[in-house]
Amino acid sequence: MTVVGYLVNAISLGALYALIAVSVGLVFAVLRQINLAQGEVMAFGAYSLWLMRSLPIWLAIVLCFAICIAGSLVLQVAVFRPLRGASALATLIVTFGVSYGLEALWLVVFGPNGKPVSMLIRLNNTVIGGAIALRWITIVDIGAAALLLGGLYALLFRSSLGLRMRAVAEDFSTARIVGVRIERVVTVAFVLCGASAAVVAVLETVQTPLVTTTLGLSLIVVALVGVVLGGLDHLGRATAGGFIVGFVNSLLGSILPEQQLVFVTSLTFLFVVIVLVVRPAGLLAPRGVGVERV
Amino acid sequence: MTEERARVALPRPGRARLRLGAEVLGPLVLVGIVALVGAQLSAADKTDAINVLVTTVIVVGLYVFIGNSGVISFGQISFVAVGAFAAAIWTTPVATRDATMPDLFGFLATPRLTSTESLLVGAGLGALFALAVGLALMRLSGLSAGIATFAVLEITYNVLANWDKIGPGPTTLADVPATTGITQALVGCAIAIVVAFAYQQTRSCRLLRASRADPLAARGIGVSIFRHRLVAFVISGAICGFAGALYAHELGSISVTQVYLALTFSTLSMLVVGGSQSLWGASVGGVLLGVLFSFLSNAVNGTTVLGFSFTLPNGLNTIIFAILFVGALMLAPRGLTRSREFLAVALGERPPRARPPGTIAGRSPGAEVPLGAEPEPSEGTPTSGAGESAHTGPPR
Repeated sequence: MTVVGYLVNAISLGALYALIAVSVGLVFAVLRQINLAQGEVMAFGAYSLWLMRSLPIWLAIVLCFAICIAGSLVLQVAVFRPLRGASALATLIVTFGVSYGLEALWLVVFGPNGKPVSMLIRLNNTVIGGAIALRWITIVDIGAAALLLGGLYALLFRSSLGLRMRAVAEDFSTARIVGVRIERVVTVAFVLCGASAAVVAVLETVQTPLVTTTLGLSLIVVALVGVVLGGLDHLGRATAGGFIVGFVNSLLGSILPEQQLVFVTSLTFLFVVIVLVVRPAGLLAPRGVGVERV
Repeated sequence: MTEERARVALPRPGRARLRLGAEVLGPLVLVGIVALVGAQLSAADKTDAINVLVTTVIVVGLYVFIGNSGVISFGQISFVAVGAFAAAIWTTPVATRDATMPDLFGFLATPRLTSTESLLVGAGLGALFALAVGLALMRLSGLSAGIATFAVLEITYNVLANWDKIGPGPTTLADVPATTGITQALVGCAIAIVVAFAYQQTRSCRLLRASRADPLAARGIGVSIFRHRLVAFVISGAICGFAGALYAHELGSISVTQVYLALTFSTLSMLVVGGSQSLWGASVGGVLLGVLFSFLSNAVNGTTVLGFSFTLPNGLNTIIFAILFVGALMLAPRGLTRSREFLAVALGERPPRARPPGTIAGRSPGAEVPLGAEPEPSEGTPTSGAGESAHTGPPR
């Protein structure tokens, strides 16, 4: 593979993590809560693709969206609403517990051996062979992320609903005083999270066609790292952080030899600790800024 | 007459000392009962009793930092891991070390310690590691502290699992002398409880608890939150390292997955369900949920209760723990003991009000804020229609 091939692959993985990061950032912007359980919504979506393996592809994907959105809304009602007003840390701890419990639930229901999802496996075929080795899925990854993030941008900055969401992110109580229907805004945020989880579930199962119980936590932890590095307080920076973490991870994965690769995790987390201590607003935040939220 | 009345009203030092003694007896008697019952059981069940005691040591270690400071840490199991591997490596026969871990550093490859020495070394290394981590992280609180300590756990796991110069890497280190019996576990547990209790009586710990109740007020009267948090973190690290050494000698073998996320999750659940802000709560949580944990783990492999044998599906034990953990956090954040100490529970004393409401305008009474609900001054927490949620609300 050439440098171009590496770069395109890195952009593709970065796009995937950006999609996860944007949903974590969105919930944080609106509610000041951390949604670790987002990862399990993705896992649920991926398992649902396995359950629907005999259905036509388009129907399975549509149903996967419906399932992820429903799962996301159930989480919002069952977990996030009772915790409204609790600190971000409290929600981190609770959703960590929820994720861990759901992982065990996948183990009970689907067993320890992983479930193969091969409905879209043809996307792994190469578009351009030879030195660049570009696969269809890489293009789909980038396209889906661009479409979704672009759509979200348009929603936030070009629609009245987006205006209301930004108002809630800016100042929860004042937004309510001036008549923004908080519950509606929160519901929309979680619907968007569910949709992004479905996209990630579909794309991830193409890249790694075996769905295992640890899929959710492993994805969400890396995305959370990106969000923290980019800056939790700002949706754009959080998303960019997710992208960068995915991008760098993919590049290091193709460049470093196996022996040194294993310590990349340590370096990443060490970097997280340093950023938290030295630049708590995130690496991408300009000095002294951190007020604007969405 | 007036003099006499004054004398009666003043607390007498002898009495206070008596009360202190009675206070620490509660947890000690509790773990004593576990040991006594455990000693009567069959060999297999005895292992479970030992495991309950060792787990309780870890929970007490978690409590010393999390309970007293009100800051969450996902990282304490790193100190357990360091203690466990140090104790395991330095006590296995040198020949085994040469055969299974040929790449070890010299200082790890040759010295051979007795089990007792290795417990001290485990505690010392746990404390040292905690000091290094704490110097960097103790200025953080709230969400940042949660994420940073989680990062520490990930780093420790990653390094231990992959660096074969300092340990067995991803493989299991067998041949560790299995010297933690009921007696050793009980003595270890008692030491941890007494250390935690003694620390609780110090000025440093009282100042730390004051900073937990109200960081701004504590800082206002000149309390260095950083310093007192660091002290608690190091003591907690020592207890955790000690527990790790006990754990390695209990199992007779150690692998890095045994001191990672699952242990973090189960011990944190025990602390939260028992009551994260009292030593009695930590002990009760460690013992009760420890027993439940052993029972569920056995049930996964098939068990018999009252002549009725059954097998739980693997994973159901974790689901039950997750439900207890999340349920406790959302419905009863002060835990089974309502985070009170033993005597207050035993004598039915009502918990004192931390501060008359409204002393500092617009803020909920800090001392009633349970684990993880520490107010974060830098961020405007949204106050929703629910207003006082399960977390910020006063306990009835």
